[in-house]
Amino acid sequence: MNILGSLDWNDIFIVPFLKEPTLSTGIAAGAGGIVVLGALALALLLTVKGWWKPLWSEWITSLDHKKIGVMYVVLSGIMLVRGVLEAVVMRAQQVSPAPGFLSVEHHAELFSTHGTIMIFFVAMPFLTGLINVVMPLQIGARDMEFPFMNAVSLWLSVGGAALVMASLVVGHFETGGWTAYPPYTGINLSPNEGVDYWIWSLALTSVGSTLSGINFAVTIYKQRAPGMTLMRMPIFAWTTLCTAILMIFAMMPLTVASLMLALDRQAGFHFFTAAQGGNMMNFANMFWLFGHPEVYILILPAFGVFSHVIPTFSGKKLYGYTSLVWATIAIAVLSFTVWVHHFFTMGQTTNLNAIFGIATMTIGVPTGVKVYNWLLTMYRGKLRFSTAMLFSAGFMFTFVIGGVTGVMLANPTIDFATHNSLFLVAHFHNMIIPGVLFGMFAGVNYWFPLCFGFRLDETWGRRSFWLWMVGFYLAFMPLYAIGLMGAPRRMAFFTDPAYLPWLVIAMFGALMVLGGLAAQVIQIWVSVKNRESLMVPAGDPWDGRGLEWSLGCPVPEYDFTTVPHITSREPWVDAKAQGKRVIDPTEFVDIHLPKSTGLPFVTAMIATIGAFALIFQMWLIAAVFFVAMWVTVLIRSYDTDWEETISAEELRKGYEAHKHLVETTPKATFEDEFTSKNRGLILEEVV
Amino acid sequence: MSATMTHEGAVHTASHDHGHHDKTGTVIFGFWIFLMSDLIAFSLMIANYADAEWHGIANGPSPHELFSLGLPTIETMALLISTFTFGLCTLGMKYGASMKRTVFWLVVTLALGAIFLGIELYEFHEFWTEGNTPQVSGFLTAYYSLVGLHGLHVTSGIIWGILLMVQMKTFGMNDLMKSRLVRLGLFWHMLDIVWIALFTKVYLMGVLS
Repeated sequence: MNILGSLDWNDIFIVPFLKEPTLSTGIAAGAGGIVVLGALALALLLTVKGWWKPLWSEWITSLDHKKIGVMYVVLSGIMLVRGVLEAVVMRAQQVSPAPGFLSVEHHAELFSTHGTIMIFFVAMPFLTGLINVVMPLQIGARDMEFPFMNAVSLWLSVGGAALVMASLVVGHFETGGWTAYPPYTGINLSPNEGVDYWIWSLALTSVGSTLSGINFAVTIYKQRAPGMTLMRMPIFAWTTLCTAILMIFAMMPLTVASLMLALDRQAGFHFFTAAQGGNMMNFANMFWLFGHPEVYILILPAFGVFSHVIPTFSGKKLYGYTSLVWATIAIAVLSFTVWVHHFFTMGQTTNLNAIFGIATMTIGVPTGVKVYNWLLTMYRGKLRFSTAMLFSAGFMFTFVIGGVTGVMLANPTIDFATHNSLFLVAHFHNMIIPGVLFGMFAGVNYWFPLCFGFRLDETWGRRSFWLWMVGFYLAFMPLYAIGLMGAPRRMAFFTDPAYLPWLVIAMFGALMVLGGLAAQVIQIWVSVKNRESLMVPAGDPWDGRGLEWSLGCPVPEYDFTTVPHITSREPWVDAKAQGKRVIDPTEFVDIHLPKSTGLPFVTAMIATIGAFALIFQMWLIAAVFFVAMWVTVLIRSYDTDWEETISAEELRKGYEAHKHLVETTPKATFEDEFTSKNRGLILEEVV
Repeated sequence: MSATMTHEGAVHTASHDHGHHDKTGTVIFGFWIFLMSDLIAFSLMIANYADAEWHGIANGPSPHELFSLGLPTIETMALLISTFTFGLCTLGMKYGASMKRTVFWLVVTLALGAIFLGIELYEFHEFWTEGNTPQVSGFLTAYYSLVGLHGLHVTSGIIWGILLMVQMKTFGMNDLMKSRLVRLGLFWHMLDIVWIALFTKVYLMGVLS
């Protein structure tokens, strides 16, 4: 048996290009080259600056929920760059004369990685990161309930993402789309390692997400500050709770389905094979039993973000809190009842399709309730169009259009005509880009000061919004049109000249979106450079309404000096109404925070190497790493000294210092909100 | 929930230092939620099995040709009794003056688990040597995977129990060990409940079909 399994020289990214230099292999080699050079450049930068040590001791080993959240978002940002670049290459492919410059397989790899990355390695880590940073601060907790497990989740996600990146350098990714339906992805039709990359990168990250879901749910159930009843929780905490419950129940079907596929491929089992009694419909059902709740895992946290950004920048209380909570719960429950609408055309009876079609349309109702909640929050408010608010407004506008096309697709008769067309592609991008990305961008622009102490640059933020917004419409409205004209999805090239003008517009839109992404990179760069003038140490730069704005920016490691006692839905607004700018301390006591440890990182990296070994059928190496992974867990179980204490005295000093800072900070008005006069103490009018 | 309360009661966590909530109870609560997620995996495997035993026979044997009730009944008994003995183990932890009773019943439990596992493997071996491997049909794939997944859980339960006994010897019976033992108990009882479903669906209904 070959210890290196099926790995050979032809799997190294540059070799196919050297053997057969075409534009398609050249692009593949270039992409692999970018990954390798990028990694080397990063290593060089870290070495030159001497950042290896701080990276290890302050970030990788940290169990602080805020830092873990930031690392999640960074991961998602890196993967977003790759996902958007792939989109641009695909758009370029379809406007170039048929058969285009990419081979059909290469194009198929691109749409498969694009989908896989955008869902699992952009959207998921983005929202998980945001939840990590914000949710504990909103409910008066000092950390996640299980900080160690939280770090394990993070590094498992990073490991999964690393495998997808590795597929650019070693071997190929799969070509069956992000859903990877068998029997096409079975061993006969997809013999190379591509599908295994998909299976094992998802296995890592879906285990991570299941653990995150458990962590979030237990944190919310058990760690809320005294007095914070469920119906006093901020909406973002509510949407997190619903998302967490969906994660707990919905990630497992994906794990099960993908591991069954692995057994079919590597052990000759017959779960989904076309012969000997396999049934691929079981895969479709299980995949979408995960896949549909997944849509709401993605979107609910964004709904939470909007429910904070819109009231803050409208200067009003959220309209209809209770209805929003119930709408969220309704969406979470209904999300498990609609999965068949992803395959209306795959042979169910008409009655079954009708039931699922009606259930699908029903979800539009609570979602509509939410849109009215936000609109009525804005109604007669004093609106301030910050970047975060722009993304929220852009979301509402665009998302409703996507919702309408969704209700169209929910009708099985229409779905039969538009199924597998670009109309569908336009629809789900129309939901996910405004619904998830705009929400996450709004959240980052809004909550960024909590982590770093300074605001993000508004000018570049607004530029990025307009590029994303206009770019989105140009990129996807044409797809609706040619989808209705009959253009199927996942085509490497089209020969119908009627599509071309639309595809050119879409290409231009994709470039604008790329521009939007570039503007965001510049925004971060400019903000870091000008951070002195963007500092908001007093901690409340937007006249915020949640507890997270009462702690000072950046939020100290221990989050709260004393645990607040909650008597209403908006304790921070109440405190400010009484003229207080610091919440009265309750009782100073010694607190315990988790000690830093590198073990979660080690565990997850061992799991990642093991997964890589499985992809290339290095069974021996995989077995060794599997055992090693559990040994690290065992090592942790012997570690009983996992907390360090912060004394009551230190917390008292922290409180006094924050109070002094707030008292000496000059007040700013809303006119100066986006200028350097805003030091985190802002009032409607200076009294 | 009520079972959570019972188990929290059984743990008797000693120290409640200031500003520090009841970690043991929370960890057990989290473990309950994990078990719910794990149950999803079993549910999906059972659903898949229910489909495969009808439509997935192909050229292989059908359930009533393959199964008999003798050995599965014995292994079921072993597992059911092991759940009872784990109950005695938990009671030993709560009321016992020393660790002796706890450890004794834990050993009995794990031994019964091993008997269960041995019978299961013996059956697998028998089927396998008759040529009824998982590669033969969708039904056999589903059978080996469903029962095998449960068997893997029992195996990890046994390993967990052994490691826990080693740790109990090292650390003594402190709160942490109690909490871990309670969680192993939850895990073990869940496997028993799952097995009742499996025994009914796979063997009883299989033989009757």
